[in-house]
Amino acid sequence: MPALPEPFHDWFAAQGWAVYRHQLNMVEAAEAGQSALLIAPTGAGKTLAGFLPSLLALAERPSAGLHTLYISPLKALAVDIERNLERPIREMGLEITVETRTGDTPQGKRQRQRHKPPHMLLTTPESLALLLSYHDAAEIFAGLQCIVVDELHALANSKRGDLLALAMARLDRLSPGLRRVGLSATVHDEDYLLRWLASGLDAAEASVRKVRGDSGAKPEIEILDTSAHLPWSGHMAVHALAEVYERLKPAKTTLVFVNTRAQAEIVFQDLWRRNEDGLAIGLHHGSLAVEQRRKVEAAMARGALRAVVATSSLDLGVDWAAVDQVIQIGAPKGASRLLQRLGRANHRLDEPSRALLVPANRFEVLECQAALEAVRAGSLDGDPPRQGGLDVLCQHILGTACAGPFDADTLYHEVCKAAPYAALTRELFDKALGFVCDGGYALKSYDRFRRVAHAADGLYRVTNPRQIQRYRMNVGVIVEAPTLKVRLKGGRSLGEVEEYFVQGLRPGDTFIFGGELLVFLGIRELTVEAVRGKGGEPKVPAYVGGKLPLTTHLADRVRAMLETPADWGDLPPPVQEWLAQQRRRSVMPPEEGLLVETFPRGEREYLVAYCFEGRNAHQTLGMLLTKRMERAGLSPLGFVATDYVIAVWSLKAAKDVDALFDEDMLGDDLEEWMAESSLLRRTFRNVAVIAGLIERRMPGQEKSGKQVTFSADLIYDVLRKHEPDHVLLQATRADAGGGLTDIRRLAQMLARVKGRIRHCRLDRVSPLAVPVLLEVGKEQVYGQALDELLDEGAQALIDEAMSNETVQGLLPI
Amino acid sequence: MSQFCYINGAELVMDRRGALYWPDRQMLVVADLHFGKGAAFAAAGQLLPPYDTAATLSLLETLIAAYKPRQVVALGDSFHDEESAARLDEESDARLRAMVAGVDWTWILGNHDPAIEAGLGGAVTEELVVGPLLFRHEASLGSAQAGEISGHFHPKACVRVRQKRLTQRCFVGDPMRLVLPAFGAFTGGLDVLDEAISRLFANDFRVWLLGRQGVYPFPSRALQPIAPYYAL
Repeated sequence: MPALPEPFHDWFAAQGWAVYRHQLNMVEAAEAGQSALLIAPTGAGKTLAGFLPSLLALAERPSAGLHTLYISPLKALAVDIERNLERPIREMGLEITVETRTGDTPQGKRQRQRHKPPHMLLTTPESLALLLSYHDAAEIFAGLQCIVVDELHALANSKRGDLLALAMARLDRLSPGLRRVGLSATVHDEDYLLRWLASGLDAAEASVRKVRGDSGAKPEIEILDTSAHLPWSGHMAVHALAEVYERLKPAKTTLVFVNTRAQAEIVFQDLWRRNEDGLAIGLHHGSLAVEQRRKVEAAMARGALRAVVATSSLDLGVDWAAVDQVIQIGAPKGASRLLQRLGRANHRLDEPSRALLVPANRFEVLECQAALEAVRAGSLDGDPPRQGGLDVLCQHILGTACAGPFDADTLYHEVCKAAPYAALTRELFDKALGFVCDGGYALKSYDRFRRVAHAADGLYRVTNPRQIQRYRMNVGVIVEAPTLKVRLKGGRSLGEVEEYFVQGLRPGDTFIFGGELLVFLGIRELTVEAVRGKGGEPKVPAYVGGKLPLTTHLADRVRAMLETPADWGDLPPPVQEWLAQQRRRSVMPPEEGLLVETFPRGEREYLVAYCFEGRNAHQTLGMLLTKRMERAGLSPLGFVATDYVIAVWSLKAAKDVDALFDEDMLGDDLEEWMAESSLLRRTFRNVAVIAGLIERRMPGQEKSGKQVTFSADLIYDVLRKHEPDHVLLQATRADAGGGLTDIRRLAQMLARVKGRIRHCRLDRVSPLAVPVLLEVGKEQVYGQALDELLDEGAQALIDEAMSNETVQGLLPI
Repeated sequence: MSQFCYINGAELVMDRRGALYWPDRQMLVVADLHFGKGAAFAAAGQLLPPYDTAATLSLLETLIAAYKPRQVVALGDSFHDEESAARLDEESDARLRAMVAGVDWTWILGNHDPAIEAGLGGAVTEELVVGPLLFRHEASLGSAQAGEISGHFHPKACVRVRQKRLTQRCFVGDPMRLVLPAFGAFTGGLDVLDEAISRLFANDFRVWLLGRQGVYPFPSRALQPIAPYYAL
């Protein structure tokens, strides 16, 4: 173990800190010139471990120019780390400069950073891509020694990770000998991160050293054993909030995590209603105005808050030493997610984090128990590694052209060194290149409108400086769902909501936002106008984005638990009783295979399938099943999907269940549905923006009184009809089919249960089916064809019009 | 399934594909073809797929074959910009010329195409009066001229049926005037509730949404604002 040199040693001592073993391991790796991956839980001094080797090197051998590049998934995190680094640098009297560079950095400072960079530059994947598109990128990065990627687990398997991987492949050429350092939380597949980090390094350097932090004390997790009646369905856990409030009192600071923004609003309101002790309780979610979020974060950092109700907006990020309790409301939906959230409490390794899980209904009790066992067993969820996005590749190729002329062969080999693109074929690369140059259409009518042209010297060049400007305006892979500002009439802005939520509101409707009850007045110039409401039943924001499906890993655990009555002992008595009833009246869903119950109720026939594949997959299954039932003459009327089961109701009972669930369901019906589905349209729109076919909408760009210039939907239709193999459609299908995993989950399930479907015909509803039947009616019914709905709507209005008003002589209906 | 409407006494048929047919005069009317829109964007550096012109031509050929009109009126913005006609590829150019030559064709000028090359065939005019109807590109403000048929605005509208929002291109009108949906393949749309459109109608107005099998009428009070995503 190396010992720290004096100023460092003294400084650590002055803080009363001991240097962690893994921090020294990172120093060792650096001294050996090795890249390194640090895997450690939150609170293990991970970030310092990443910077320590660079601080030591710069203290010992001061050098001019950029030495270390730090990449964070969050701007806020970069800013926070700048603050945290300044103190030791100042106190040790080191001559090391640290600066951030993000979209918020003023133009003048960004200019200066290019010719006089700091020693350490803290930035995001997007800002790095931008820097690399400058003609002087080679000079900026020539002396770079080290790149540190923080929260690598959150970046690696995403499009932002693709963008970063491509940038790193480029850096490897610009900065020979560059060391790569990855900092990651505990993950399911460490080897994938190791490969991601090592990819493209020369053989000698390719041995990335894996450093593991001490795992620290085991977290103490408890499931709330509520004394209230345990609900059959619902997701708000309102029954338990009195008990949750009591738990806030003895703790110093509590993070109350919820799964959706709608839950956040409800829970926050409810806690304040009970707040007789005047506890300072804050609210934090992604729709609130940035200033408001920063205020809450700052109050949290000062220790001024006793609790914050938060969504995943606080899953990553800034460290708050004061948090000593985490409460998870609703099931955590995944073991890794639960672990990440637990890590937000008590950022000290030697003390356990304390957490309370509050299931909102009976199925969630099972899920919480399964998650708890998974965390105890240290078994985490893992998504299979994804292929790099073709849209991101298109953006990168254009960015490369912006920096200067390039050779296609060289760029292809460079791109393949990025882990997500290791398997990229030359053919696909050429298609992406073709798209960047002239759109890549089979109909070669755009030869004269090239963005990037192949010159006689064999190099590709941007044809017009305007293209460079356009690239810079559109860089990045985050395409936000369109949002509308929420503003009090004549007053301040409260934050933003996704437009689809507003679609569901009519003037006069009430909704909760930012902890306040508001009355919707209308939309004016992309702003939702509202006034404060006085009471009544609110229509709460229901943000789809917050609804994460249950992970496969956790679903498997729930299934296994159901089939093993010996494991039920840890469950609360009402849940045990419920499961026992199910065994008496029907059967338990088998761990392998599939239980399908059918029974009559009211005038209808119900079919309930216990698939446990997550809500999104079930929604797709519901659509396919109803189509098939329609063809079989069963007259399906609707379906409802939860994370655990799907229920379909129809006029006639399904008899041949095996045929209904046959694998070929994923054939033509799926193709047809996929092509028409809004999922694919939305995906295409995102792909088209990332690849640079259509431009990002800039704030204020939409003006009232003018038609929008063209529609992504129409482009999708035209392209699908005329050129189904276009690279952007390929990218769209890869994203929708592979990226969103639901279809794959469905396919795997249908294959798994083939020949193992257990059909139980019952004379009435089974205990396990009760929760899903309670969802019926809250959910949207089976979406019929456009024309049927239009006709129905028109007919209803016509009937209404004919009965009480003259039809203006307009229509001979 | 088509819908009929009466404008200033003329009985008109609204086709679900976005065209208007006047049986008495055997006249087919289309608005805002925007030929060459993809190529115009490509020339400005944004490489939209080059299939829009051919797609618009095909649909128009289909309609002409179905209705066999004596006369066709294009209500302006037939070309996306002044270079669009010259930019057409050979095949599209030939198809367009053949189509124009095969029927009594009138180009009404629009703001995107303030002039149309005479060699293309067809009559070129700012306005056209036929019987009780007046054809122009953009509806006149102020006192509505009875029987005015126009385009320009690319109207779209949104209704809610069973909690589902349906946003479609549409015809919009009252007994005095009618605005046609845009016919071109890449044309975006403007909400009929936007003041630019709604102010054209003194009182109530009606929309006819284009479905896949038919055209569906709704009164203006049944409409909801289109949220920005659907406009994109």
